[in-house]
Amino acid sequence: MTTTEIKHMANVIRQDIIKMLVPAKSGHPGGSLSAADIVAALYFKVMRVKPEDPQWPERDRFVLSKGHAAPVLYAALAEKGYFPKDELWGLRQTGRMLQGHPDMKNTPGVDMTTGSLGQGLSAANGMALAGNLDHKDYRVYVVLGDGEMAEGQVWEAAMAAAHYKLDNLTAILDFNGLQIDGTTDSVMSSAPLPEKWKAFGWHVLEVDGHDIEGLLQSLAEAQAVKGKPTILIARTVKGKGVSFMENQVGWHGNAPSTEQAEQAIRELEEEAANLG
Amino acid sequence: MAEKQATRDAYGKALVALGAENTEIVVLDADLSKSTKTADFAKNYPDRFFNMGIAEQNMIGTAAGLAAAGKIPFASTFAVFATGRAFEQIRNSIAYPKLNVKIAATHAGITVGEDGATHQAIEDVAIMRALPNMTVLVPADGEETRQAVYAAAKHHGPVYIRMGRLDVPLLFAKDYRFEIGKANIVREGKDAAIIANGIMVSKALEAAAELSSSGIEVSVVNVASVKPLDQETIIRVAAECGAVITAEEHTIIGGLGSAVAEVLGENRPTPMLRIGLKDSFGESGRPLELLEKYGLTKDEIVKAVRAVMERK
Repeated sequence: MTTTEIKHMANVIRQDIIKMLVPAKSGHPGGSLSAADIVAALYFKVMRVKPEDPQWPERDRFVLSKGHAAPVLYAALAEKGYFPKDELWGLRQTGRMLQGHPDMKNTPGVDMTTGSLGQGLSAANGMALAGNLDHKDYRVYVVLGDGEMAEGQVWEAAMAAAHYKLDNLTAILDFNGLQIDGTTDSVMSSAPLPEKWKAFGWHVLEVDGHDIEGLLQSLAEAQAVKGKPTILIARTVKGKGVSFMENQVGWHGNAPSTEQAEQAIRELEEEAANLG
Repeated sequence: MAEKQATRDAYGKALVALGAENTEIVVLDADLSKSTKTADFAKNYPDRFFNMGIAEQNMIGTAAGLAAAGKIPFASTFAVFATGRAFEQIRNSIAYPKLNVKIAATHAGITVGEDGATHQAIEDVAIMRALPNMTVLVPADGEETRQAVYAAAKHHGPVYIRMGRLDVPLLFAKDYRFEIGKANIVREGKDAAIIANGIMVSKALEAAAELSSSGIEVSVVNVASVKPLDQETIIRVAAECGAVITAEEHTIIGGLGSAVAEVLGENRPTPMLRIGLKDSFGESGRPLELLEKYGLTKDEIVKAVRAVMERK
């Protein structure tokens, strides 16, 4: 896929997110929209996967540690062909496949069950360790949230990834600056994040999380780093792409109404038209 | 049999043997490998051993990731930290996705001794038993531990194995057969049944011998597989004996005693008494003195059998 095509895909993913949250009547649009470019770059350019064989042993792995952003992952998986797109409209509904948070047992393409914050990096570490043991060259990608930085387990795992020199692991921090109760700075300061990750032994790259070219460049650099794991601290806008959701803490965990969704889709279609 | 071995020692040896047979076995520990006895595995297979430092939550999460990538991880630490500190990691990263992780915890119960209540898990079986998809095993001696470790490795899915620090009598020979989901009747009698596991099986057998000398013949049922529970055997023995005692080195809330009470309450109401910690923590002390103080003894079992028989 070309960079422009990935941008279009991120736009489609954003539209899917909005559309699936309407019938669900609940869910997390803000943090799903902020991660759309990151997830699009991974699934449509970087990651080596086979949608027709979700358990392919050689595949790159993806762990969505900020599991509440499940809609962004589901949209990418559906667009990639892991399951019919119709499944998206059954999100969070009784008896349907797509759970409120990712469930590896029931959703093709989901490599790890997540949702309880702070746990994804540990699981990603385990997958990376297994890859090394098996002399496989697959890579493991994990997307973390910035609110999640307050979880102690993240730092246990950060320490362990550097200790075990997991250079087959890339973390991407969706640094949107907001969490449920307000800004991350007001709720629990985690600054300075680049320095913290460096001090924990990681190769740190700071990047605009909505700049596909920059993301691809950083992800390529991460692959070349040897002897330590890499984290992309990706500056993002929560609710990115929908004017009334951008940087609004209230859109962390609320579904749009039909009217709001229509407006959001109009804006996203407009954006798509300008992408060329 | 006078010979003794701590179940943790049997675990360490079984792990080394298992590691030779199956290269998918990996072991994680949280800076307690000398105590949990995973150190021998570490020495033999350094590439497949991961010391995670004093970070149990990350250890459990890492084990989940290893399992998701096809490995069979045994994650070891003291029972109180495995099931307490890392409970929610076990719940959401292992039990819910049904990942193939074996949580092999040692230093369960008050026989931890001198370290005191902070290090004595008395509620771990209750916690683990409450989790869907979790198998819970409490072996009684070295041979049963060895077989439980092998059975856990063969079983696809999460398993909790509870082991102890204290040397306990070797009860079973090589021809003994442990099976997940099966109880073993280790002595037969019709006057009452003692249903026990872990270190309390040997105490139950001592109690049975003493009762026999005064004309009371009791069955002793070893329930190493607390979950899945062999309901059929428990109901049958309760029906035959008409009086039941449970004995466990655990709080009487939520463990073996509760599991048996649930089954009998629904299927075969039977006069019953539970031996275990009576809703209390332990304390520092010599293991055998603590067992006396907290009523986990042959004498207490004998007393309970006589008391429950009165209610037949």
